[in-house]
Amino acid sequence: MIIENSEVILSVRNLQAEVEGVQILKGLNLEVKAGEVHAIMGPNGSGKSTFSKVLAGHPDYTVTAGEIIFQGQDLIAIPPEERARSGVFLAFQYPLEIPGVSNLDFLRVAYNSRRKHQGLEELDAFDFDELVREKLEIVKMDAAFLSRSVNEGFSGGEKKRNEILQMALLEPKLAILDETDSGLDIDALQSVAGGVNQLSNESNALLVITHYQRLLNYIVPDYIHVMESGEIIVSGPKELALELEERGYDWVREEAQVGV
Amino acid sequence: MSATVKTLVNQPYKYGFVTNIEADTIPRGLNEDVIRLISHKKNEPAFMLEFRLKAYRQWLKMAEPTWPNVNYPAINYQDIIYYSAPKQKAKKNSLEEVDPTLLETFEKLGIPLSEQKRLSNVAVDAIFDSVSVATTFKEKLAKEGIIFCSFSEAVHEHPELIKKYLGSVVPVGDNFFAALNAAVFSDGSFVYIPKNTKCPMDLSTYFRINTGDSGQFERTLIVAEEGSSVTYLEGCTAPMFDTNQLHAAVVELVALDNAEIKYSTVQNWYAGDENGKGGIYNFVTKRGLCQGVNSKISWTQVETGSAITWKYPSCVLVGDNSVGEFYSVALTNHMQQADTGTKMVHIGKNTRSTIISKGISAGRSKNSYRGLVKMGAKAKGARNYSQCDSMLIGDRAQANTFPYIQVQNNSAKVEHEASTSKIGEDQLFFFAQRGISAEDAISMTISGFCKDVFNKLPMEFAVEADRLLSLKLEGTVG
Repeated sequence: MIIENSEVILSVRNLQAEVEGVQILKGLNLEVKAGEVHAIMGPNGSGKSTFSKVLAGHPDYTVTAGEIIFQGQDLIAIPPEERARSGVFLAFQYPLEIPGVSNLDFLRVAYNSRRKHQGLEELDAFDFDELVREKLEIVKMDAAFLSRSVNEGFSGGEKKRNEILQMALLEPKLAILDETDSGLDIDALQSVAGGVNQLSNESNALLVITHYQRLLNYIVPDYIHVMESGEIIVSGPKELALELEERGYDWVREEAQVGV
Repeated sequence: MSATVKTLVNQPYKYGFVTNIEADTIPRGLNEDVIRLISHKKNEPAFMLEFRLKAYRQWLKMAEPTWPNVNYPAINYQDIIYYSAPKQKAKKNSLEEVDPTLLETFEKLGIPLSEQKRLSNVAVDAIFDSVSVATTFKEKLAKEGIIFCSFSEAVHEHPELIKKYLGSVVPVGDNFFAALNAAVFSDGSFVYIPKNTKCPMDLSTYFRINTGDSGQFERTLIVAEEGSSVTYLEGCTAPMFDTNQLHAAVVELVALDNAEIKYSTVQNWYAGDENGKGGIYNFVTKRGLCQGVNSKISWTQVETGSAITWKYPSCVLVGDNSVGEFYSVALTNHMQQADTGTKMVHIGKNTRSTIISKGISAGRSKNSYRGLVKMGAKAKGARNYSQCDSMLIGDRAQANTFPYIQVQNNSAKVEHEASTSKIGEDQLFFFAQRGISAEDAISMTISGFCKDVFNKLPMEFAVEADRLLSLKLEGTVG
């Protein structure tokens, strides 16, 4: 939802970044305020996923210019675990499997590291167990998943639900969903999107990265940005997604060039 | 290699101190006179000297094995000191008479020996260089008929048992290092559990190498009579020296009908520095004989130290329905090399064995699993299950698996599973994105990876092992 004069959560200015010496982001600008849902669309290779990893601080990517201000704080200077603890959450496109580590333990350690950062007392195993069971409802997950190893043997849909469960526990200020819809059937998509919508409120913000318009039927954005060659070339209201679906990306490209 | 996965300094080895104590040390080198001298110093009966000399003569004809997947410069066996013992006043009758410097050393290592502070449920035999300096709870165990004492003592007090079992599982000429050990071994632990006795506490030996140029050659012999059971723990540390020390031990276990022996090791010998300078050569022969029906021998090892590890705790399953188990975590970092695994030799009917091996390689280390499963012609219905998992940390470490399977009868069943995984940048980023530090991420991943083995360790040891692995890997990825 768009709220008048709400707090700026994320402000990205002239962001340039490279991986292995190849420049991927070439001057990206974006401002996200509390309560808002932004969608970032664009063809493969346009830099969408890179942008999400740069925000989260993946060590393979080097920021060469520009700034990322998150709640008044310069993100570039702080390591990924600190970014996460301050409220930046990335739902991975391909969540990793961690054999032998129980999902419940993993969730508790993650949750407590955020609590500690906020100056709150860590929850013990019993209290945490209660809390996590409430959160399971949000993504309609079975409690049996808690005792299994993190993502091990999970289906694509189960992995994505597990990501949203982590989001529900960590209550981020800014959640970035990286191609969360990829590989999901319609039922899984609905429950994942349903979970995300329940978690979205006027004090947090959502950055939805997707190739297809399909997900945006369920998570309705306030703004849509189209990325091309490492920058945002067009921004507009949610209706832009439909137009893209109908006319493809070429049209935006031409439009953008004319605009320049 | 990516920018941030790199080897950083290891947690300094906290057991690397040297104890200043006057030692009774014999000159370097090895010949029959040296062996006679060792035997004389220990005031041994004639059968022991014969045993040693027989071993020495065989050793002279043997060659050092070259098949392990490890590299080291040739060892000059004439440059090693084969006997070094802290000088003590005559024979000590109680712990109060043990040199306080030695008690302090063990206290510093976390093994308090004094009456007030000793571990409540574990009896300890403390071995310092070549000799046993103290054994706790000896009298209490004696009430149950259990013998737990130093090997030297056993030779004098229970010669009939030593004569009967010494070399019965690992013969003097078994292999190069076992033969060397048989010739020069100076001390070790002896355990005898009488019929139908369940040992009321865990028994433990703590090995400490102190002298820079001495080798450590100790021998452990455990005999579990019919229907008895015992849990045995072994720990090892050594000071940091720039030179390499040779540790060639032999462990023999004998389990008679329905007896059970659980043998656990947490090995943390000095591993050398990050460039591979110094450290212990740990060339050890460990073998258990399941002689009786329904007997069971279980090896659990957590190998984290030593510059080079060459070690294959094995089970010879002679008794029908006997069971052999091997649970192992071997971790190598920096320039460490490990060639370790097990042998399960099935001879009796319906014998069963389980092998769970977890190898973790970090730094520029080399970690090999080598294991033999042999199903003899008469081992009808025998079964084996093996699982060998390797984990690589960073991209300069090596992991190898060399399984050997020999089956001589068609009713036997052998299963082997193997996997390789890696802790790299993406794994750590996944944890970091959830607010979890790299140290915690590695520790959680490793604990998860080793869970099947840690579950088999006695409680105190499991906690210790978990902590030890985290320490060893601290700063591996940064």
